[in-house]
Amino acid sequence: MSVIPVEVLKKAHRKLAEYHYELRPVERGYANRTLYINLSDMTIEEKPVTEEMKRIFTGGRGFALWLLWNAVKDDTRWNDPENELIIANGPLCGILSYPGTGKSTVVTISPLTNLVIDSNVGGMVGPYLKGAGFDALEIQGKADRDVIIVIDGDTGTITIEEAPLEEPYAHLLGRALTEMYAKNEADKRNIAVVTAGHGAEFSRYGMLNFSWYDLRRKEVRFKQAARGGTGTVFRDKRIKAIVVRKSGFTAKSNNPAKPELIRKASQRINKEIVELDDKQNQMRKVGTPYLVGIMNDYDLLPVYNWQYGMHEDAHKISKIVWMGLFTQGVPDGCHYGCMLSCSHGVDHFHLRTGPFKGDVVLVDGPEYENAAGLGANLGIFDPNAVLELNFYCDTYGIDTISFGTSMAFAMECYQRGILNRERTGGLDLTWGNIDAVLETLHQLARGEGFGLIVGQGVRWMKQFFVETYGADPDFLNDIGMEVKGLEFSFYVTKESLAQQGGYAIANKGPQHDEAWLIFMDMVNNQIPTFEDKAEALHYFPMWRTWFSLHGLCKLPWNDIEPADNAFQPEPHKVPEHVENYCWLVEGMTGVPTTPDDLILSSERVYNFQRVFNLRRGSGRREHDYPPYRAVGPVTVEEYESRRERYDKQLKEEIGVDPEGLSTEEKMRILREHRMKRYDQLLDAVYERRGWTKDGIPTLETLRRLEIDFPDVVRVVKKALEETGR
Amino acid sequence: MIRVNDKFDVEWKPGMTIRDILNELKFTFPMLVISVNGEIIPKEEWDTRQVQDGDDVKVLHMIAGGR
Ligand code: SF4
Repeated sequence: MSVIPVEVLKKAHRKLAEYHYELRPVERGYANRTLYINLSDMTIEEKPVTEEMKRIFTGGRGFALWLLWNAVKDDTRWNDPENELIIANGPLCGILSYPGTGKSTVVTISPLTNLVIDSNVGGMVGPYLKGAGFDALEIQGKADRDVIIVIDGDTGTITIEEAPLEEPYAHLLGRALTEMYAKNEADKRNIAVVTAGHGAEFSRYGMLNFSWYDLRRKEVRFKQAARGGTGTVFRDKRIKAIVVRKSGFTAKSNNPAKPELIRKASQRINKEIVELDDKQNQMRKVGTPYLVGIMNDYDLLPVYNWQYGMHEDAHKISKIVWMGLFTQGVPDGCHYGCMLSCSHGVDHFHLRTGPFKGDVVLVDGPEYENAAGLGANLGIFDPNAVLELNFYCDTYGIDTISFGTSMAFAMECYQRGILNRERTGGLDLTWGNIDAVLETLHQLARGEGFGLIVGQGVRWMKQFFVETYGADPDFLNDIGMEVKGLEFSFYVTKESLAQQGGYAIANKGPQHDEAWLIFMDMVNNQIPTFEDKAEALHYFPMWRTWFSLHGLCKLPWNDIEPADNAFQPEPHKVPEHVENYCWLVEGMTGVPTTPDDLILSSERVYNFQRVFNLRRGSGRREHDYPPYRAVGPVTVEEYESRRERYDKQLKEEIGVDPEGLSTEEKMRILREHRMKRYDQLLDAVYERRGWTKDGIPTLETLRRLEIDFPDVVRVVKKALEETGR
Repeated sequence: MIRVNDKFDVEWKPGMTIRDILNELKFTFPMLVISVNGEIIPKEEWDTRQVQDGDDVKVLHMIAGGR
């Protein structure tokens, strides 16, 4: 593909709106205002951040939810002009000396779920947006032509520019815009870009790429706000890119109240990383793909649409392979200064298909999720195929998780005869057919053929296959790995009841960042009772929410651990790191902070988001059930593959002698038992969280959390009345 | 028989070490805390420390609450 020179691209830009604002220093982690842009009428405004907003919603995801709540109507659809796309940072975002302090959260109404999605992402956009003067960027309306939004935090100028010529491929666009808005090579580090990609125009799971400039490689790198269709909304608003510029942003730019506390926490964890990472997870050498082999060993690596949990070829895409492919010895932090530095890349990768066939590119990743979801779950065990799929998903602006899960669903439908070559337009979707998967992805990005169908996600496909091909809806509901409309990420949960709840109760849908309890539950056997599981499903989702309120990455919390962590009273919480986080909050805001304070701030936002779901017609018990594939064996082959395990459970847990029973009969009994236990889990979790049996936060809970605003109470009262409680 | 985490049974053999138990159960996760009858065993001793038939072994995988 020929690349249009940057000067030609720039010459074609037309200024549609311009706004000047006063540059002000950040105070104790807050810029104290947000930026509002309406693309329908080209309005640009500043909004103040109130003390009440900070106290109740903290920042980041909390601010974004509050802004969105006030912007939309109860029935706003994802593609209505009043839907917003919000990017928020958080009061600890931009510390930089502490690992994982460069994150933003993207919030919008999702095309997949019709609920609020929140997606956490790295890169330098978050810190620079704050340095430019804003705690959040709120974009409403729709442009009538393709635009780029430029926030220049050096001059205090915001422009909306028509941008007709840029091809929306993330790797080209990121590079072109970084070059266009930087004064010279050294200045490129001061530019951060948000882009989607061509695929996001045709798929419901389009994602957003957030950039940082890799000084060593002299290349634009990306992290992704991947989940829930953030990129789809972005392109629907006709945004091609957002460019944020801020020069001279340093750890001091946040003006912390007690910098010595931040220094103390940073020194402690950075020393720990240097001394221990190599003996622990080797995040600095391999990052999250270290998990592929481990998940396989524990029967947790999804294979063939979660039918199985291991595969004999998994070693071909495991840690040692990625370690060899990743360029070693370069600092791979997705924000400047991240000592855990796990955002690895494969340099000089030769593409063999698609519009960039023959090009040599840098592939950002893969993460564990990509290796599992674009690899094992599709029966693909070729690392080069995973890399090619990873590259194209990124540059097309396609969520690798939703694509991988949707593809796996389509491939199982093919396996079972629901689809055939005629219905796929000639694609042979046999497990492991790399060329067919790549072709599906390219079709998706062109908005044509069977790829367009896969691009609508599992929930949409289920309905389409039932209506068009007469497929059995019950079977598709059993094997279609989605909850609330969002596709599952890649862990097998059949033997972990707590994780089934962790996925299915999650506000946004089944994403592992809310809770990952599989080892605690299934292997360590630490949470045997329903009450234990409910406590874990209270604490960990609240704890995990906390990161997105502050602009933080979760990985430095527990992908590295102090040497004596095992000897602490609650080692799973990593108490020393929790103490670090308390120091960071106090260091930034000046307010002494305890671990309980951290959880309380999350509980407020978490429950508010649950009420937001209620307002959108979801958020009740009936919406918190996983597909049975996540709970137990759906097919005879699945049962038979683990017969010894399941027969033992029938005997020991249920008191049924499996001898003489048909596999179908055993499956029915096991299913009844497991679903009954799932219901008991829901009861226990709801009670622990202060919700009714229908999963609705009680008025008392709202009052305790001080989120009993009239509008919130209205929604909850209506839901309580409807459920008769 | 050795019961691990009150859940998994491993056939005891004379001379069996903690490493043998880990291999048997395919416990390959790198961040483990192991105790035998309540006593935490340092990592350096896993290859050599022998277990006795009937010992109560706990192998805790130190990860929770979000990957
Ligand atoms: S730990 Fe990894 S993902 Fe998290 S901020 Fe650092 S480099 Fe980025």
